[in-house]
Amino acid sequence: MPEQTVLEVYRYLPDEETEPRFQSYEITYRDSWVVLDALDHIKTEIDPTLSFRWSCRMGVCGSCGMTVNGEPKLTCETFIRDYNTETIKIEPLAHFPVIRDLVINMQDFMEKLPTVSPWLITDEDKPLEAGEYLQTPAQMARYKRFSMCINCMLCYSACPVYGLNSLFTGPAALALAERYNLDSRDEGTQERSDVVTAHDGIWRCTYVGECTKVCPKDVDPAGAIQMLKLSYALDWAKSLVLPGRGR
Amino acid sequence: METFQHDVLIVGGGGAGLRAAIAIARDHPDVGVGVISKVYPMRSHTVAAEGGAAAVISPTDSLDDHAYDTISGSDWLADQDAVEILVENASKELLQLEHWGCPWSREPDGRISVRPFGGMKLERTWYAADKTGFHLLHTLFQTSLKYDAINRYDEWFVTSLIVADGRCQGVTAIEIRTGEMHPIGARSVILCTGGAGRVYPFTTNGNIKTGDGMALAYRAGVPLKDMEFVQYHPTGLPGTGILITEAARGEGGILVNKEGRRYLQNYDLGQPLDINDPNHPQKQTMELGPRDRLSQAFIKEREAGRTFEGPDGDYVHLDIRHLGEREIDRKIPMVRELAVRYVGIDPVHKPIPVRTVVHYMMGGIDTDTNGATSLPGLFAAGECACVSVNGANRLGSNSLTEILVFGARAASVAVDQAGQVPPPSNQLLTTSARSQEMKLKATLLHPNGGSDTVSGIRTALQETLEEGAGIFRDGATLERTCASIAQLQDRYEKLSLVDTSRTFNTDLVAALELGAMLEIGEAIAHSALARTESRGSHQRTDHPDRDDDGFLRHSLAFRGEGDPTIEYKEVTVTRWPPSERVYGRA
Repeated sequence: MPEQTVLEVYRYLPDEETEPRFQSYEITYRDSWVVLDALDHIKTEIDPTLSFRWSCRMGVCGSCGMTVNGEPKLTCETFIRDYNTETIKIEPLAHFPVIRDLVINMQDFMEKLPTVSPWLITDEDKPLEAGEYLQTPAQMARYKRFSMCINCMLCYSACPVYGLNSLFTGPAALALAERYNLDSRDEGTQERSDVVTAHDGIWRCTYVGECTKVCPKDVDPAGAIQMLKLSYALDWAKSLVLPGRGR
Repeated sequence: METFQHDVLIVGGGGAGLRAAIAIARDHPDVGVGVISKVYPMRSHTVAAEGGAAAVISPTDSLDDHAYDTISGSDWLADQDAVEILVENASKELLQLEHWGCPWSREPDGRISVRPFGGMKLERTWYAADKTGFHLLHTLFQTSLKYDAINRYDEWFVTSLIVADGRCQGVTAIEIRTGEMHPIGARSVILCTGGAGRVYPFTTNGNIKTGDGMALAYRAGVPLKDMEFVQYHPTGLPGTGILITEAARGEGGILVNKEGRRYLQNYDLGQPLDINDPNHPQKQTMELGPRDRLSQAFIKEREAGRTFEGPDGDYVHLDIRHLGEREIDRKIPMVRELAVRYVGIDPVHKPIPVRTVVHYMMGGIDTDTNGATSLPGLFAAGECACVSVNGANRLGSNSLTEILVFGARAASVAVDQAGQVPPPSNQLLTTSARSQEMKLKATLLHPNGGSDTVSGIRTALQETLEEGAGIFRDGATLERTCASIAQLQDRYEKLSLVDTSRTFNTDLVAALELGAMLEIGEAIAHSALARTESRGSHQRTDHPDRDDDGFLRHSLAFRGEGDPTIEYKEVTVTRWPPSERVYGRA
């Protein structure tokens, strides 16, 4: 059954305006529509100047994160039918500079990600002829959850610490550091420790847990950060008891 | 105007592009490499691949079997030398991904696990649950971050290739954030821009799959090869077109019509085994037949009135209930996630509605087995290229392997080429970018009071292609499609945009993409009209038989002033002479 609603959409066109504003669009939607469908409908049928990012519309490319009625959401997975409010308010993700309309500038994350060395670090290069590293399903299960991050930025948008201090390395990047630390093939835990345990690394996290709540892929970055704290604290304690070992 | 220069410039940051970039940065640290992409690399559509990547690993398997399955699957249109390169390098590339951290699914003893896939004689599809493309892309992206030598241009849209002195010397591109046009010079350029499924109305492909790279090459005089071969996947969700992976059938899922019959048995795909039979699912039989044959069977069932009718079109049932919740969650969790979310059906308890959906372009930029095109300095790899290993029908799980094998291969040849030519002059670069900028200001960004829109022309293109160049085609309808695309091109020439702003102008990007889509549509329709036979995914109802004497050849579409010129070149046959494709028969 087609139904009607109003989308109140954050507009900011820096070429023409100095301040953002909201623009209302009345739409007729179908039960199967997600918020992204409505935005695409607006762009193709009503107002081609509305700008937002999207691609896969199946929850895996991570492009279409926005704030929907105050909460960070992947708009391709967020159904209009689930909102009973008179209007639905669509804003860009919080805590990021806005480039235009619903498009945020995520360069900060793109620069932070490489600092945690999110790649497999090994002491020696294993030749391909030696075959695969053996890894049992149980060993994989230790890190698998943290490998599911689609870099959608919802966690940064929800994180109150990042909101106050953008120097904080942040949930997604730290979860990826832990993803590699926990991988049985990896030997880079110490190499990552300088950045991960730095002033603006894991110890900034106050364990509010908002990142885990909003994560659309069930990655649990808050859990990852707690695990990082524990393992690096243990390393540090060991280095006190057994000088020359640990860090 | 700021200009940039690299030895090798890669256009596209998906699987093929990142594999190429890493190959250069790791093996040739003194070579400067740039990667330019209209999206951040991890948004690239490789991310959406689900089922897996094929490579021989089991001791009972053989490279010849993988090659034969691929060639037979291609309806003998694949170049057999290219197929041999694919299968020989496949396991090496997938192992390389493993060494970079890709979480391939494992056996209890820790070894790589493989699953059966359509058209493959044995289990040889490596997988990372059913998010293989996602893990593959993020592994490549994260590994690429290790190399400072890789210079990325994220969210830049390439508008043209710079061609001078008979070779490709770089690109002009718009930095989307600022709207500024810049030239990026290069001694060789590799196009890795992926497919073009968005030229059809109903596709598994993401919004970004608009054939930009294919169009860049086509406009520069490089032919597009075998464009008439468009893969329809048999199992997409109605309404959205979201892909339900072939792995669902590889793990034992069955296809059932509204009468409850496993209808594939009516279409020369063998006889069904009971779902509890230990030999179910049988390789290369029934649900594990090739995609072209399964999609054609769906259309025949629909014509016979045996499909379900729904608000989003006709569908059949994909039933995986017998696998049980545990196996579904372990092996194909995303199937469940997608079905629950987008059609409200939990496949643990109910069958999933599915229908045919445009998925993949077998055709693309004509390259040799090194990824080289006919334009010196220009290379291509991945779905945008046609090397050709897929011929008239690609087997599922060969494309992820293809992007790695041929991405790495093109990189090494592009490096050699770069060492043999001087860098482009600054004057050439700035002149090229200025002329592109002036062209935009005189066309799309020049208000002319017209009422046409990007979406109006785009929708018309999608509809005429589905009408004329769908699963079954005939000459008369294709002629109409060719004519309406010509009209749409005229409309596009006069198109002017409402949004003429500079900052992150997505209407402009969509308009430039539409320009590419019209080129691709033209090449598909004219190539399909000229091929008066039926082969693989190209089924002409007015020419229902395969004609090896006339058409065991690749079509080459050359862009012309009006209609494209269609020429042909021979298929390379090494060891497997053409014969009948046999599925489900001993």
